[in-house]
Amino acid sequence: MWPTILIASGAAYGLKLLGYVVPEKWLDTPLARRITVLIPIALLSALIGLWTFVSGTSITFDARVPGVLAALVALLLRAPFLVVLIVAAAVTAVVRALGWLP
Amino acid sequence: MKGTDPRRAIIGDALAIGIGTGAYGISFGALAVASGLSVWQTQALSLLMFTGASQFALIAVIASGGSALVAISTATLIGTRNTFYAVAMAPILRVRGLRRLLAAQWTIDESTGMAVGHEDRRDAARLAFWSTAIAIYVLWNLGTLLGAVGAGFIEDPNVFGLDAAAPAAFLALIWPRLNSWPMRWVAIASLGTAVILAPFLSAGLPVLLAGAAGIAVGLVLGARAPEVER
Repeated sequence: MWPTILIASGAAYGLKLLGYVVPEKWLDTPLARRITVLIPIALLSALIGLWTFVSGTSITFDARVPGVLAALVALLLRAPFLVVLIVAAAVTAVVRALGWLP
Repeated sequence: MKGTDPRRAIIGDALAIGIGTGAYGISFGALAVASGLSVWQTQALSLLMFTGASQFALIAVIASGGSALVAISTATLIGTRNTFYAVAMAPILRVRGLRRLLAAQWTIDESTGMAVGHEDRRDAARLAFWSTAIAIYVLWNLGTLLGAVGAGFIEDPNVFGLDAAAPAAFLALIWPRLNSWPMRWVAIASLGTAVILAPFLSAGLPVLLAGAAGIAVGLVLGARAPEVER
C-alpha cells in the first residue's frame, strides 16, 4: 500500500509543479491569457456536474441535487460562503433523512 | 465584497471554505480507513497528495479491489487539472524558490478558485490563494485525522449531506466570475459535457474533455476576465 500512496503522491506533486516551471513567455500571448482565465472556471464547473449528478460511472438524481440547487438559491440571495455550504449539506441531509431521494 | 476591510473578508471566506473542506476531510478519513488503509497511510495521502478528488479516487479503486497501477493512474489523471491551475496561478503569484515549491503543493481547486474570484486585484488574489491554501491544508489534514481515528464511530458520513457541500463550495468559488453570459455558458457547457461523458470514459477524462469544451465555448463567445491591476 505504501508504494501506491507515495508514487501517486509524487505524481500529484509533479503535476502541480509542472505548471509553475513552464517558461512564462510561452504563455504571454493574448490567446494564452484568455485560456488561463477560462481553465479554472471550466474545470471547476465540470467537477460540480460530476459531484452533483454522477455516482461512479452512472448519471444519478439523488439528494445532492436539491442540496446544490439550494446552494444556488443561497448564492442568488447573496448568502456568505459558509452559509452556502451549510444550506447545501442541510438540504441534502434532510431530503435523505426523509427518504425522498437516496 | 461586503464590509469595510476587503482583506478581512477574504480571510473570512478562506476560513469558511477551510471549515467546509475540513468537514469533508472527516468523511475522507473515515472512508479511507473503511477502504483498508491505516490511519498513517490515510494521513500521508492528505499531507502529501493533498488534492481531494484524487485521494477519493485512489481509495475508491483500492476499496473495489483494483490494482495499484489502476489506483495510481486514476488518481494521477484526475490530478492533471492542477497543472492547468498552476499555469493560471503562476503569473498571479510570481513565486520563486521555496515559495514556489510550497505554492505548487497548495495549488488545488479551492485555492485557485478563491484567487480567480479576486482576479481584478493582484494583491487580493494572492491573499485569497495563500489564506485559502493554509486554511485548507491545516483543516483538511485535521479533518482527515478525526475521520480516520473516529472511523468506527461514523457509519455513513453522507448522512450529514457532506457530499453536497463539495459541489456547493465549488459553485460558490466560481460564482463571482459568473457575472456575464459568456462565462455562464462556459460553466454550463463544461458541467453538461462532464455529466454526459461520465458513463462512457474512465475517471479523470470527462473532467479534462469537459474543461476543453468549456474553454472552446469561452473563446467563441469572447468570455473575458476583468483587467488585472499589474
